[in-house]
Amino acid sequence: VTLHTTHVDWFGLGTIFALIGASFLSLLCAVLVPRAARRLAAASIAAAGFTAGIVLSVWLYVDSTHAHTIVSGAFYRDRWTALGQVILCAVGLATTLVGVEHVPGWSRAADPARRDDHIAEFFALLLASGAGMAFFVGAGNLMTLFLSLEWFSIALYVMCAIDYDLEGSLEAGLKYLVVGSFGAGALLFGSALVYGATGTISFHGIATAVATHGLTGDTFVVTGIALIVAGLGFKMSAAPFHMWTPDVYEGAPTTVTAWMSSATKVAALLLAFRVMRTAFPHDEHLWSWAFAIVATVSLAIGNFAALVQRNVKRILAYSSISHAGFMLIGLSAGSALGGRALMYYLVPYSAMAFGSFAVVAARERELGVPVTLENLAGFGWERPFLGVAMWFFMFGFAGLPLGGGFVGKFYVFAAAYRHGWVWLVIVGVLATLVSLYYYLGIVRAMYMRPSTELQVQPGGVAVSGGAPARETLLHLAVGAALVVSFGSLFAVQPLIDLAQHAAGALPF
Amino acid sequence: VNADSLTSILIWLPIAGALLIWLLPLSRYATGSLAMLFSLAEVGFWIEQAARFDFSRSGLQMTERASWFGDLGVSYHVGVYGFSVWLVGLTVVAMAACTGYGFWVGRDRSRAYFGLMLLLTGATVGVFEAQDLLVFYAFFEAMLIPLYVLIGVWGGARRMEATIKFVIYTMTGSLLMLAAIVVYGLKAGTFDLVDGPVSASRWLFLGFMLAFVIKAPLFPFHGWLPDAYREAPPEVSAVLSGVIAKAGLYGMLRIAIAKFPEPTSFYRTTVLALAAAALVYGSLLAFRSADFRGVVAYSSLAQSGLIALGLFAGRDLGFDGAVLQMVAHGLISTSLFLIAGVVERRTTTGEFRLLGGMARGRPALATLLMTVGIISLAVPGSASFAGEFLILAGVFQRAWWWSAIGAGAIVLAAMYMLRLISAVLHEARGSTVVDEALDVRPGELALVVPLVGALLLLSAWPAGISHHSFFGQSPAQTVRSQFR
Repeated sequence: VTLHTTHVDWFGLGTIFALIGASFLSLLCAVLVPRAARRLAAASIAAAGFTAGIVLSVWLYVDSTHAHTIVSGAFYRDRWTALGQVILCAVGLATTLVGVEHVPGWSRAADPARRDDHIAEFFALLLASGAGMAFFVGAGNLMTLFLSLEWFSIALYVMCAIDYDLEGSLEAGLKYLVVGSFGAGALLFGSALVYGATGTISFHGIATAVATHGLTGDTFVVTGIALIVAGLGFKMSAAPFHMWTPDVYEGAPTTVTAWMSSATKVAALLLAFRVMRTAFPHDEHLWSWAFAIVATVSLAIGNFAALVQRNVKRILAYSSISHAGFMLIGLSAGSALGGRALMYYLVPYSAMAFGSFAVVAARERELGVPVTLENLAGFGWERPFLGVAMWFFMFGFAGLPLGGGFVGKFYVFAAAYRHGWVWLVIVGVLATLVSLYYYLGIVRAMYMRPSTELQVQPGGVAVSGGAPARETLLHLAVGAALVVSFGSLFAVQPLIDLAQHAAGALPF
Repeated sequence: VNADSLTSILIWLPIAGALLIWLLPLSRYATGSLAMLFSLAEVGFWIEQAARFDFSRSGLQMTERASWFGDLGVSYHVGVYGFSVWLVGLTVVAMAACTGYGFWVGRDRSRAYFGLMLLLTGATVGVFEAQDLLVFYAFFEAMLIPLYVLIGVWGGARRMEATIKFVIYTMTGSLLMLAAIVVYGLKAGTFDLVDGPVSASRWLFLGFMLAFVIKAPLFPFHGWLPDAYREAPPEVSAVLSGVIAKAGLYGMLRIAIAKFPEPTSFYRTTVLALAAAALVYGSLLAFRSADFRGVVAYSSLAQSGLIALGLFAGRDLGFDGAVLQMVAHGLISTSLFLIAGVVERRTTTGEFRLLGGMARGRPALATLLMTVGIISLAVPGSASFAGEFLILAGVFQRAWWWSAIGAGAIVLAAMYMLRLISAVLHEARGSTVVDEALDVRPGELALVVPLVGALLLLSAWPAGISHHSFFGQSPAQTVRSQFR
């Protein structure tokens, strides 16, 4: 008997293999490399893995002009996937740089004997979650969609809890596990309903089945779509599926938060756009309204809840909810312009989100206590580079023309207007206005309050007395984020061209 | 230098200077000198631009255009008209004086400070030169960033409230303008101000106007003004009222009136009423105000109202007068705020009940304040007399009572300005005025005297601006044909 095996385009999966291979290698470091060199070895492998990932996905982008599925329709090899993977790997590389000095958080870092506990596992998990996300953005059927979702989620659950001496970190891991499983359950149930109605799990097959069997508006399909939207909503932390976000972002080690807030959002939003466009084009009126409402709710909840926060990580968590709302405006437009807008928006957004959490990580290490608006006082003057970077990110988040965030907002508004939704433009504009208060609140805390006002609780575990640690790699990562967010304001056309080619892979 | 690239140089030179100052670890003195060098170079480039500008030619001049993102029709398009040349000139001259003032008083955190001042210069010039709506918006917003930090860091005790109010007010207007820009541009297929068609949409007009009336400001959108003008450092207040407020008025002329002729005539009476209210109410508040900066702040509100009156009169004389008055008032209020700073440095206060009698033994201060004050109250023969006369004549052609209100307000202007002069210079010596308080120093004179000199020059030859702002015999016609 000859077993029939499908032809596998190994190169199309290259990015994922690079990351997962690096993940295995850095896990081996945990046992093979002596403790003294472990951190450096694992981090170098991670950096090499993400760099290889960037190179391969750029290559794939260039080499995938003709979009098609590989591995029996389980995975898309196209520019939408490849561009998403480039962003993911770049964020992963930056996370690695920050992770070298900042994981685990400041709780164990003070203790040299235990400082490097599980450091190799951390990088292995980072790479594994990156590989999962790289697979997720290219998922071609409901099975690979669910598998890759679980793949990167499980890695993230552990990463959230990796600073296990801290109650907050454990709590974050557990909370994310419970809520995340709920979201995954919703997604799985929705997939089952869609499969039940259409008899296929492939995205293209679903669209064909809906068209040929006249299933537009079918109860099972519509309920399935609703549950899939909910499941993906959990991952992109869009309201009303956002409850976990502030707690998890606050509790997890800040490096992990930085990674989650940018990469998870990239993966979830890109996949959501693909699955809706590819599998459910016939129900577009339904999901585009659903996403428009989710966007409105996210903008409202994210911005208003952020106003009353004092903890900077929680403020940024709510800000990430509100930005999910902005990007969902582009998604809800459902058009090629919406796709471009979403893809473009993700570039400055992920740079700013990552960069701002990295700055918080530096301050946290300096103080040994959670960063609040109070103990941010004077930070801008004490650490000029990080201060200016944070200043940039905050103004960029607020949509002032200091970075690509401004153009991103303009693009999603343009997409909403083209879709005929002026009301959504007004909602976005009002949300931006509210958001100014807390973004400027951070700038105010950094620059306009003298550091003599600084109220550090005694008993905080100060890692280094006197001058702050040098943190060259963190500065490098923040600098890169700064360059990307600032550069994307000027290099709009090239980025839009890339995004246009990427969105060209999707059916419109 | 190629004449076309002068527009871009004027925008990007100070911004490059800001980046340079942030990157180089220079001493306070070196940083200040470098910033002054950039500001003066900016003035030099502007003189070159004004000299090369052909006032006898119609349409946009010294243009540069490059695609920014083509799929939505947005391009980096800059260029100048006659009136833009004067406003750019006002910006670079006033900013040079204010940067110099910051250098003179030795602002701490000098690298941040001078970098922000240069950034502000570049952004403001950008507003007056942008010919694409999105570029205009970007610069319009970019002005806010340095202003926010300048007030928030170097401002007075109540700076926090002032900055929050200022930002929330102005951003409310400008974000609605962004929505209007998106709608206008996508409907027209281009965001270009020169190619863009006129629109009859009243909603869009209101979206744009809200941003401009808040920035200018007009009654009742001036809530941010008193706090911001009092709490900001004096040179930043000078920039705010002298230059930034003019960006709002410029926006009315360049976008609201030119692109929305039908809504403009529909809302004409409303805007004229708001402008008249700003004029009268501002003048009354200025008369009631208990401190130096309060008088100047509220008089700026009044003057914004007067200029808007001229613009929305929609007549030849009104347009000519409005541009002249924008420049004249810009120079006046910059000088007055700098003098307010000079007084505050000597007495630690601007409150009239603590001031008085400063003229004795301080002839230079007395002469300076008297000269600016007299020009400001529109004494016949002064630049602002010419501007106000033209505006009132223009609005008279609309209806006589508008100019009656305006003329009444000019009487009020005389009252509050003379009150200011006597409260500071004359009357009994105030408790904070000590004999040791010096007269105006040469360094300070070097900053204010050029501004006053420019004012005297304009007083002698107001037609230099009023006849060189719009191409052709009829400014109203030029505006109707969108400056072509």
